[in-house]
Amino acid sequence: MPSFIFYLFALVTLGFGLLVVTARNPVTSALSLASSFVGLAALFISLDAYFIGIIQILVYAGAVMVLFLFIIMLMDIKAEEGKKTNNGALVGGCLLAVLLVLQVIMVSGAFHGERTVAELDTTAAIGKAAGTELPTIANDLREGSLPDTKLMGYALFDRYGFHLQVVGLLLLVGTVGVVMLSKRDTAAKEAGN
Amino acid sequence: MVTLGHYLVVSGALFALGLAGVIARRNILIIYMCLEMMLSAANLTLVAFSRFHLVDHLPDYGAQALVFFTITVAAAEVAVGLAIIVALFRSRQSVDVDSITKLQG
Repeated sequence: MPSFIFYLFALVTLGFGLLVVTARNPVTSALSLASSFVGLAALFISLDAYFIGIIQILVYAGAVMVLFLFIIMLMDIKAEEGKKTNNGALVGGCLLAVLLVLQVIMVSGAFHGERTVAELDTTAAIGKAAGTELPTIANDLREGSLPDTKLMGYALFDRYGFHLQVVGLLLLVGTVGVVMLSKRDTAAKEAGN
Repeated sequence: MVTLGHYLVVSGALFALGLAGVIARRNILIIYMCLEMMLSAANLTLVAFSRFHLVDHLPDYGAQALVFFTITVAAAEVAVGLAIIVALFRSRQSVDVDSITKLQG
């Protein structure tokens, strides 16, 4: 992978991420976050994680950010103009962020000598890696392409089948919880009247 | 060429941006967006380690399954969290975290 593409999308991700934190208008923040997530999805795809990259765009840049924008429009929040910023928190937050970045750079310096993103030797994986005994996955690997979604599906439904069902239950509970939370308390009002 | 360290630095910087936003900003919606950013930064680390730690010449799909679950849980968390924020806004008419002092001693 040409490294300038990596730097381009890293810049998109971090630049829009900075805009999320600094923008005064919440709508600008939400749209910047969506753009930042698109850049992050590109980074995922550059790591051969096609499925996760597409899921990132569909779920985050699509569903989650639309939800955020709905709420922002619903509440009709004005941009916080002329408001004094909390200087102590501002300095503390920036300092903590800079310290964290320095620490990450120092720690990840240990990985600089390691191998770069290289072409995968797909034919060598046939019959060895989990799921590659399936004919459809083995055929894709033999042709030299990485059947990312098929392997992901194999991992999810074979090794993590139970966890997948638990996550489904979690989504159901979350839906019920949201309905309960956003329901106006009509019963209490009637009792009061 | 791009090494694992590059991805870790990008992920760490994104996490630090989110952390700075959570601490410095006072709008609860923006704090929530910064939390999402920090979650995504952790996802980038997981995917990077999955790609650089080859298991039988293929990326480690255990890590990517974990990312899948993280994204799902984060989506459920956003829905519940935003419902709480809307309920808070209904009772306070404000999204400023400094105005929420009911539990302050």
